[in-house]
Amino acid sequence: MMSKLQVDTQINGERMEFLCEPQQSMLDVLRDTLRLTGTKEGCATGDCGACSVLLDGRLVCACLMFAAESAGRQITTIEGIARGDVLHPIQQKFLEHAALQCGICTPGFVVATKALLDENPDPSETEIRYHLAGNLCRCTGYDKIIRAVQDAAKTLRGEAS
Amino acid sequence: MQSFAYAAPATVAQTLAILAEHLGAGRRAQVLAGGTDLMVQMRTLDAGPRTIVDIKKLAETNRLDVGANEIYIGAAIPGAMLTASKPLVACLPGLVESIDLIGSSQIQGRASLGGNLCNASPAGDTISALVANSGICVIASKAGQREMPVEAFVVGVGKNALKPGEFLLGIKFKRPAKGTSDAYQRFIPRTEMDIAVAGVGVSVRLDAKGVCTAARVAIGAVAPTVILVPAAADALMGSKLDDAALDAAGRACTAAASPISDKRGTAEYRRKVVAVLCRRTAKQAADRARESQ
Repeated sequence: MMSKLQVDTQINGERMEFLCEPQQSMLDVLRDTLRLTGTKEGCATGDCGACSVLLDGRLVCACLMFAAESAGRQITTIEGIARGDVLHPIQQKFLEHAALQCGICTPGFVVATKALLDENPDPSETEIRYHLAGNLCRCTGYDKIIRAVQDAAKTLRGEAS
Repeated sequence: MQSFAYAAPATVAQTLAILAEHLGAGRRAQVLAGGTDLMVQMRTLDAGPRTIVDIKKLAETNRLDVGANEIYIGAAIPGAMLTASKPLVACLPGLVESIDLIGSSQIQGRASLGGNLCNASPAGDTISALVANSGICVIASKAGQREMPVEAFVVGVGKNALKPGEFLLGIKFKRPAKGTSDAYQRFIPRTEMDIAVAGVGVSVRLDAKGVCTAARVAIGAVAPTVILVPAAADALMGSKLDDAALDAAGRACTAAASPISDKRGTAEYRRKVVAVLCRRTAKQAADRARESQ
């Protein structure tokens, strides 16, 4: 018999309570319990980055975190990136540069890019490529993603793109 | 039958009590730090029920202290936090590089030094750097704390020296003396995010004339465990790390290696590469030691 845990956490700025099994991943709870399905499951072994979320502002894979660990912490998912109907500049630039095709990897890339630009507003191309090395995309060939990140960084720095 | 449970104790005493209680009842408990190995292993190798004992709430596993005499790194601190510590990077640049080489930005947000050590992979990148820097494991046990050199802690492939009911609190080092520095290099076929074909950690001390007065060389991914190679250190000692000394140290690493052949490289290739890495890593550590004079 499984005893469910009651977890009190904050997701995208809102307090949330949920019940989970002790071994359940944050990813499964986000998608299946809380219906926040923007965060995607790719490999479930921490290799692809599709499930990237921020845990107290730090980039992590939701598949490599027990949901129980989120108690008292703050989680940011892709659903918390845009402001209402207004896309975040990172999202806007991914659209403008066509930095996606099938879209499965995109939420992870956007969250990982946010983590990078929050810390380093003016990364070099090499820094961007290394930072995003844990996010796999099988469609774009990455170049368009790099251009989108560079352009978003410019916008966020207040420079005209 | 045992079911899954999760506990996040707030003190070392509580943690030891939970581990002891499980041990006494014949139930399984497993310590969780960053979880980047544990959760993958639970999905791929062994999904059996257990109590997950999260040690990230403990002061002792989260403490990072770069003191005048001693450096202490809590076992559960994520790599990204260690890489961001300027005092730590200044004292043990090679160790920090060995951590930074592991996985992606996402993995760095969780993976810990203690976890990499306890997981005890032959190719664990931090382990060679820990051994080269004479790291000492600080272990919580029922009888109190006990300490053990890192090279004695790893006892086999995936096996460490923790007794049932014990767990790793952190790793401590003597603060490197003036003229002392370290380096870690590995070879992988890609530019990043891969497992070492071979890896070498080196710590050297140079006197004012540039003569090597202390050295430790550790090699990884070329034997069932990371191993200390005293013969390689002997080859460096008393030299100015000229080509002849570096070559001799490299040959000692080749001689000490007992690698396997797998998809990442043949045994013959690994024996050769470990010598090349030893030369390069020793040179890098020496360059840093000169800068710290």
